[in-house]
Amino acid sequence: MLTNVQEITPDRLVGEVALIKGQGCRFVTVTCTDLGEAHDLIYHFDDQGELRHLRLKLPHGATLPSLSGVWFAAVIIENEIQDLFGITVTGMAIDYKGRFLLAESSPKAPFNKLGGIAVDVRVRPPAATEAAAPGGAH
Amino acid sequence: MQTTATSAFPTRNTVIPFGPQHPVLPEPLQLRLVLEDERVVEALPAIGYCHRGLEKIAEKKDFIQNVYLVERICGICSFMHSLTYCQGIEELMKVDVPSRAKHLRVVWAELHRMHSHLLFLGLVSDAFGFENLFMQLWRVREHILEIMEKTAGARIMLSVCSIGGVRRDLDDGQMAEVLRVLDRVEHELEEILPTLMNDYSVRQRLCGVGLLSPDKAHDLGAVGPTARASGIPMDHRQTGYAAYGDLGGVTPVTETAGDCYARIMIRVRELHQSAEFVRKAIQKIPAGPIAVPVKGNPDGEVLVRMEQPRGELIFYIKGNGTRNLERFRARTPTFANLPALLHMLPGCQLADVPVIILSIDPCISCTER
Amino acid sequence: MFTLIGNIVRCLFRKPVTRLYPVEVKPAVAGCRGQLHIRIEECIFCGACQRRCPANAITVGKQPKSWTLDPYRCIVCGYCVEVCPKKCLVMRPEHFKP
Ligand code: SF4
Ligand code: SF4
Repeated sequence: MLTNVQEITPDRLVGEVALIKGQGCRFVTVTCTDLGEAHDLIYHFDDQGELRHLRLKLPHGATLPSLSGVWFAAVIIENEIQDLFGITVTGMAIDYKGRFLLAESSPKAPFNKLGGIAVDVRVRPPAATEAAAPGGAH
Repeated sequence: MQTTATSAFPTRNTVIPFGPQHPVLPEPLQLRLVLEDERVVEALPAIGYCHRGLEKIAEKKDFIQNVYLVERICGICSFMHSLTYCQGIEELMKVDVPSRAKHLRVVWAELHRMHSHLLFLGLVSDAFGFENLFMQLWRVREHILEIMEKTAGARIMLSVCSIGGVRRDLDDGQMAEVLRVLDRVEHELEEILPTLMNDYSVRQRLCGVGLLSPDKAHDLGAVGPTARASGIPMDHRQTGYAAYGDLGGVTPVTETAGDCYARIMIRVRELHQSAEFVRKAIQKIPAGPIAVPVKGNPDGEVLVRMEQPRGELIFYIKGNGTRNLERFRARTPTFANLPALLHMLPGCQLADVPVIILSIDPCISCTER
Repeated sequence: MFTLIGNIVRCLFRKPVTRLYPVEVKPAVAGCRGQLHIRIEECIFCGACQRRCPANAITVGKQPKSWTLDPYRCIVCGYCVEVCPKKCLVMRPEHFKP
């Protein structure tokens, strides 16, 4: 289970992270989940072997401040999130502008829970049999 | 190749796209190297050549099928991925794994670590131009692959870990054979490794190259052997997952120099450490069942960490009470080591770039998933 | 300096560790997952294997009864062998010939 989680808002994020950095933590990663109407971002930090998390709800369309000024290590994962979830991250040290993992012809924000990308077994009507088994379009 | 001589650069700078296809780099990683003569002043990574969207497929398959899917994140340390995933789901569903299964997991995990380290040592020898060592090390690695084929049914994609335990048991004969193979591997390595460690030309290529100070390693979030070579004693096996807790704990192997040579020495020393773990696990293995049946569906969220050959592997698993997962996310060690790599490169010579890149043991396929 | 000399001399006199592949084939290892095989006369066409297969490699037809495997999709995980109620799927140790 996820313990040691602290809820946070986007405007307080960078300040809070600077505090965490001051306490000698290591930046681990960021996890993004699409909740339908908002993105759920969890920032993970390692405090001498213990994990700490900051949790952020970001409504669709809102921009996310970058951590790369505080922690350069965040720049890679922020670019990945920008590509895969279509979140605009502002102020990144290196900004690939959505071309980090994806190419021009790739689907936009493929990891969001939208119809049309791959076959989602959960949205299929119950009448449909399992015959058309779930499959990735990748 | 493109040469720029604008006023922004006082000297003539050259930008070299290094990769994604490069003779010494078996991984589809591109680095744009900005060079001043032969010296690298800046490196910019470009990945995305093999993004497979595995995390998305994991949301479409059911959570048991995912065991076989996550295993295919990496083609070298596949067992580690399935082990981490199974541990995550077991934590969510509060499954108590039998002790025998935990010991068997350690056996396969450490065999995997050994073969991965041997593969790395071979590739890095090839990168600094010692083809003979490369072939010798891979010949030794073959023994481990063969024993994995005999015990688990496949050379790399073991598919032997399942939620609630393992799918195959080892009988006494097989365990004795594992031990025999370990002895043989260590015996053969005795002959090869001194060359890798002490040879003049090897040291010339590796010592003092690609320095990473402990502070920087911590700051840039380096993990695994990259961090340990800079003197950070970080090894997640210390948390005692699987049977590591019962096997007397883990003392992280550390070096202090923080250069390429130290990163390679970490792997050399971990080979022996892993062999010791396999022996201990086989010695202490208790009798009993190898798996427990699992009922229900995962619900809730969990973050699992594990020590993979390249460092800390993190899976975030969020279930929603159905057979499908709400979100599955993998953070592989190379992803965490990339910022450290970008820090090591500026200031080095172009000829050292392949060695430095390989010294973090990059696995771009798992970085992009 | 000459740490590999002993090894080099030994390598000169022993037979190669590699096989001359198409001529000499590695014998199949017992218990290895090589290829999936079905004893079709015992199959009841329940479709359990098709639902569980992580690679969607199996197609089971009810009317008319059919069972087909796409060997190039199959990742030889052996999950279908576990779930088959009639135990009519077997894993053979030999790999597919290319
Ligand atoms: S699970 Fe077994 S019995 Fe059922 S369709 Fe597949 S092979 Fe036939
Ligand atoms: S072995 Fe695995 S991939 Fe192959 S058909 Fe059976 S379940 Fe599918």
